[in-house]
Amino acid sequence: MVKFKSVLACLVLLVTGSLARAELVVEVTQGVAEPSPVAVVPFNWSGTSALPEDVAKVVEQDLARSGFFSALPRESMLGFPSRQSDVYFRDWRVSGSDYLLIGRIEPLGEQRLEINFELYDVLKEQRLMGQRVESTPAQLRDAAHYIADRIFEELTGLKGAFSTRIVYVTADRRADNSNRYRLMLSDWDGARPRTILESSEPIMSPTWSGDGSKLAYVSFETGRPAIYVQYLSTGKRERIQSFKGLNGAPSWSPDGNQLALVLSKDGNPEIYVLDMRSRQLQRVTRHYGIDTEPTWAPDGQSLLFTSDRGGQPQIYRLNLSSRDLERLTWEGNYNARPRLTQDGRFLAMVHRPQGGDFTIAVQDLKSGRLDILTRAGLDESPSIAPNGSIIIYASQEQGKGVLAAVSLDGQVRFRMPSPGGDVREPAWSPFLQ
Amino acid sequence: MRALNLMKAAALGAAVAWVAGCSTTSTTTDGGAGGADGQGGSGSASSYGVDGSGVSGSDMADVNQLQTVFYFDFDQSVVKQDGFADLEAHARYLSQNPGASVRLEGHADERGTREYNIALGERRANAVERLLIVNGASASQVETISYGEEKPAVMGQGEASWAQNRRVELKYVSR
Repeated sequence: MVKFKSVLACLVLLVTGSLARAELVVEVTQGVAEPSPVAVVPFNWSGTSALPEDVAKVVEQDLARSGFFSALPRESMLGFPSRQSDVYFRDWRVSGSDYLLIGRIEPLGEQRLEINFELYDVLKEQRLMGQRVESTPAQLRDAAHYIADRIFEELTGLKGAFSTRIVYVTADRRADNSNRYRLMLSDWDGARPRTILESSEPIMSPTWSGDGSKLAYVSFETGRPAIYVQYLSTGKRERIQSFKGLNGAPSWSPDGNQLALVLSKDGNPEIYVLDMRSRQLQRVTRHYGIDTEPTWAPDGQSLLFTSDRGGQPQIYRLNLSSRDLERLTWEGNYNARPRLTQDGRFLAMVHRPQGGDFTIAVQDLKSGRLDILTRAGLDESPSIAPNGSIIIYASQEQGKGVLAAVSLDGQVRFRMPSPGGDVREPAWSPFLQ
Repeated sequence: MRALNLMKAAALGAAVAWVAGCSTTSTTTDGGAGGADGQGGSGSASSYGVDGSGVSGSDMADVNQLQTVFYFDFDQSVVKQDGFADLEAHARYLSQNPGASVRLEGHADERGTREYNIALGERRANAVERLLIVNGASASQVETISYGEEKPAVMGQGEASWAQNRRVELKYVSR
């Protein structure tokens, strides 16, 4: 039994701007070579008033947008069964579906619902799993993402990341040529967008804490860059660092007790580690070159960062206890903005091959092999989904900033066209709760 | 403290800009001597106009005619030689008007990562700051900020746009 508490319901907005911002929508441009055909039957609703979400539709979209599945259109379904006794496997075999998901939603008294879903292997005529989920009308979308996660994990062996969220920055140029910057929070697929900070000055480098409860980011709202921490549940926020010069590129340690960041107060950009409890600041790099974009290894023992100490930006790893420094990237003349998968094995980065454009690449730290994943030319800000399956990044289409994503093996690609202005700097949340 | 930082910075890696700044104060003829970025030879018309206005050269009317945007090559933070004369004139104005102050805003083009570009913009603003200071401005009259690629001067892709966005803008905070 699973109950949903709504994180968003108690979100206090810092601004009174419009809530209903134009929404980003995932468009899959390339899936796996042979996506598994799945039929997601509309869930039967036995209540009287209409539900605010089509749960089965959200599940179906999650599965299809992962690139691993193709969904059978509802108009091709010969019936809408909601119990095993009504399932005729032959019908679903004929329609070419390998898997079948059915479900029903029943009222559980005032503002409470119960969802039962069941997943079948059509060819084996076998029930693979089923579960009962409790929800409220307001949290139906969360419940749907949860169901999609269960199904995805059952069928692929990979933990689903449909219940996760993303943050991103938008910039809209107004008629008087000034800009409006917004820090946005949405479901992984762009749905339910909320403005969590709005400013006439740039907002940069949003990053999630390991438990998903808060963000750190850079805002120029005072006229100078400063690092802020904002709690998602209350909207409360705090200015953490505002030294003279740069205050940038915050990154939470896996345990959430430390924040790596970049300050240039001592003359040029260096990486520091701030202890969030004692507020003590420790400088960890010492070089006249640019040191920036720190990110923690999942074990918390080392920091990866960008440095041009060798003449061009390349990625280095600094062991925090031994202080050993190792250069990790050797191919191409620009490697920056490192991000590691949760197992620490794969390094996603912005990569420019000799004489080429800026792409997203991934390096296997075990074998050293580097794969270029994108070709759009100005790609940046890679952020890896917590299940390690896909990298979301900022790209450009017709001169406009958009979000796009590519799986680590390059097989699955999607884009999120922007109905408004520039969209940039996506950051994928960790698994939530 | 501030002077110490500057000396440190100069000693650590900014020797090029330092040398370039000194050389142009000592000679008005051979721009090549500074040779900071190999771009020499294009002594700008405005610089002669300012020099021609006389030794005083520091009233507002003259400062208003000076170049206030200085451009850079990709991933570089070396002030180009054609900006030296006007930067010297700004420095002269600042040294003769202790109440005046400027803000130097460093920028980068959109290529490369945002945080790296913020660092690059700061490096550019610092290079201009050093030139002002070696030419007589006091450190307290100059503040720097970097916007990286966040505030492009022109939209659009291609070298023509990017070249205009790799810049430092000098803005008078008080005259």
